[in-house]
Amino acid sequence: MPDKQSQNPATIPAEAVGAPLPFPHRHLLGISELNQFDILNLLDRAEAMVPISRQPKKILPTLTGKTQINLFFESSTRTQASFEIAGKRLGALVVNMSVKSSSINKGETLIDTAATLNAMQPDVIVVRHGSAGAVELLSQKVGCSVINAGDGPHEHPTQALLDALTIRRHKGMLSGLTVAICGDITNSRVARSNLLLLGAMNVRTRAIAPKTLLPRGIKSLCTEVFTDMEEGLKDVDVVMMLRLQRERVSGNMTPSVREYYHFYGLDAAKLAQAKPDAIIMHPGPMNRGVEIDPAIADGPRSVITDQVEMGVAVRMAVLDALLNKAEQNDG
Amino acid sequence: MAKPLLIKNARIVDPATDFDAIGALLVEDGTIIERVTGEHPGAPEGATIRDAKGMLLSPGLVDMRVFTGEPGHEYRETLSSAAKAAASGGVTSFMCMPDTLPAIDDGAVVDFIIRRAQAEAIVNVLPAAAITKGLAGKEITEFGLLKKAGAVCLSDGRHSIQSAALLRAAFTYAANFDMTIAHHVADNSLAGGGVMNAGLFATTLGLKGIPVEAETIPLSRDLQLARMSGVKYHAAQISCSRSVEILAAEKQSNSKISAGVSINNLTLNELDVGQYRTFFKLSPPLRAEDDRLATIGGLRAGTIDTIHSGHDPQDAEVKRRPFAEAAEGAIGLETLFAAALRLVHSGEVPLMTILGAMTSRPAQILGLNSGRLQKGAPADFILADIDYPWVVTENSILSRSQNTSFEGARFTGKVMATYVAGNCVFEHNREATD
Repeated sequence: MPDKQSQNPATIPAEAVGAPLPFPHRHLLGISELNQFDILNLLDRAEAMVPISRQPKKILPTLTGKTQINLFFESSTRTQASFEIAGKRLGALVVNMSVKSSSINKGETLIDTAATLNAMQPDVIVVRHGSAGAVELLSQKVGCSVINAGDGPHEHPTQALLDALTIRRHKGMLSGLTVAICGDITNSRVARSNLLLLGAMNVRTRAIAPKTLLPRGIKSLCTEVFTDMEEGLKDVDVVMMLRLQRERVSGNMTPSVREYYHFYGLDAAKLAQAKPDAIIMHPGPMNRGVEIDPAIADGPRSVITDQVEMGVAVRMAVLDALLNKAEQNDG
Repeated sequence: MAKPLLIKNARIVDPATDFDAIGALLVEDGTIIERVTGEHPGAPEGATIRDAKGMLLSPGLVDMRVFTGEPGHEYRETLSSAAKAAASGGVTSFMCMPDTLPAIDDGAVVDFIIRRAQAEAIVNVLPAAAITKGLAGKEITEFGLLKKAGAVCLSDGRHSIQSAALLRAAFTYAANFDMTIAHHVADNSLAGGGVMNAGLFATTLGLKGIPVEAETIPLSRDLQLARMSGVKYHAAQISCSRSVEILAAEKQSNSKISAGVSINNLTLNELDVGQYRTFFKLSPPLRAEDDRLATIGGLRAGTIDTIHSGHDPQDAEVKRRPFAEAAEGAIGLETLFAAALRLVHSGEVPLMTILGAMTSRPAQILGLNSGRLQKGAPADFILADIDYPWVVTENSILSRSQNTSFEGARFTGKVMATYVAGNCVFEHNREATD
């Protein structure tokens, strides 16, 4: 049972987890297409991947001979690096395609790009794109697996999985917890994927933001909605902060950074409302002094660097789950 | 001189005269000579006789909102290909929008359209001229000269004029020349780069939503300016419940205003977008089901006057893109009649009302002599089997572009023959498809 494993997660060696269940999807496009069993499957696989990255020799060559293309239409240092390291630790050949050096700037359409890359016979393409649905569109045009590394404000499934893994390792289990997600929910793919995943895992979710940053229909996507952060943080187990993009200020979604921080920045006073053992998360990159007090971001309750570490494990697990199908079936 | 034509035993439905009976229609020299109830006493010598037993005989449809690609984007659609598509859908006259390259904002372009249409198009093409030069929303065009050249209406097509002062001037000047203004209402700042209806569904898809207020606020503004100027004003396409309410209230005291709705907004809703299907990316966007039902109610009550196809051919290049980046629009000339019949078969709107909104009412708004089956009117009519089952397939599409929002749709009712000025311009080949 997964919960049993996570009682003492750090002590479980990879071998003890045994052969994972097959993962019944070709792509990972979003949390919306996963059920509870799929999510647990990936979290358990990721759990088993954690020790690999802590070994002196960080390699588990299950993807030797496989080709992974990281296709990032939006620049991202950390996510791209995380996928690259994950692929390399599994022995895959990893190629990074950055937008600047590709023909996207020459007017080539997404479909053309997909067809071109597909002809190079990759086994998996990891895609980040600024438009919602773009990764799904690309997945329809290629013969390999596709992983969504973020499509506009739609989904960022590996982020939600790594957040869930981080929470599970700190809290032992997901079910029954209360998680607050605070900040620019309207424009956040991290918020959408997390709300879907946590909802599927019976976690109570709270969305906390000024009304200008809450999307329509938010009440149907979480358990409770708060516009008062202190009220919203009352007795929560997890505080998940979101990055505030500067353009939200220029777009009058909030009048100033000063006012935003005053009402929606995570500081000691607001955090005091949460449970004493509440953990603090942030998908990065952080705006210290905008959405979070630096002392809290770097304080003892912050698990932000754990999230980054779990990111590699989750991405290894996802790559392995999608690419090691045939071998599993044979075995 | 063409032989006289007698259509007999048809169920003749003429909304202009509220006529619905089995009868016969006699046509000569492109004009309706006589309409009779029951048997015709006798056809003139040498007349061609067509027995239309079991068929509906209706005026040809008048579609007030059609985009073509001529001039400028002929690979999407020409006047000729649009006319063929129109004929197969029972549309005998369509108003072509000025969104061409160059835009129809000059008498010479109006003249070009009319001449090209006369030479190439098998149905009547009625040019709408731009309200503003280059559709830029800055300076008004030469309304008088455009009218003289043959423009039947003024419209900025896809574009919505944002300045109230400019609209006031345009409405007042249009009233001076007794021209109808057909305006698409959208507040660009409120629409804010949105790509579908604002709501829970847009939120889950991660797509930017367009609130209904982006339509209702400029609609209210336009109606006040229309009252102030006395212009014949047509709200080109409304999409939501609140707009129907606003119009109903204003119509109580202003008889010069009218409104249209796209067949898409009447028969589809936001959920049809599904997983980012760009053929359902439309302007105005497909709204919530409550809004769709409200537009049907508005149509039934006469608050909404006309139904149009909003035919907007777009090639694969601009449609096969991520939803937010894809072009808006769907073709619709070929499916307008059949899609509208859905509302008749479901019992939501009477046949007479549906046909009126696609024939006599748009003809009246545009000041046309057609859209009715009366002595002296042009012999533009259709024969249709309203119970004929068929499925829309990619192969059956006559338009140069394939972006239909009804691909694979099952319809009951089809146009079997289309006549323009007494000439048969379309005949459905039952053997080929049955």
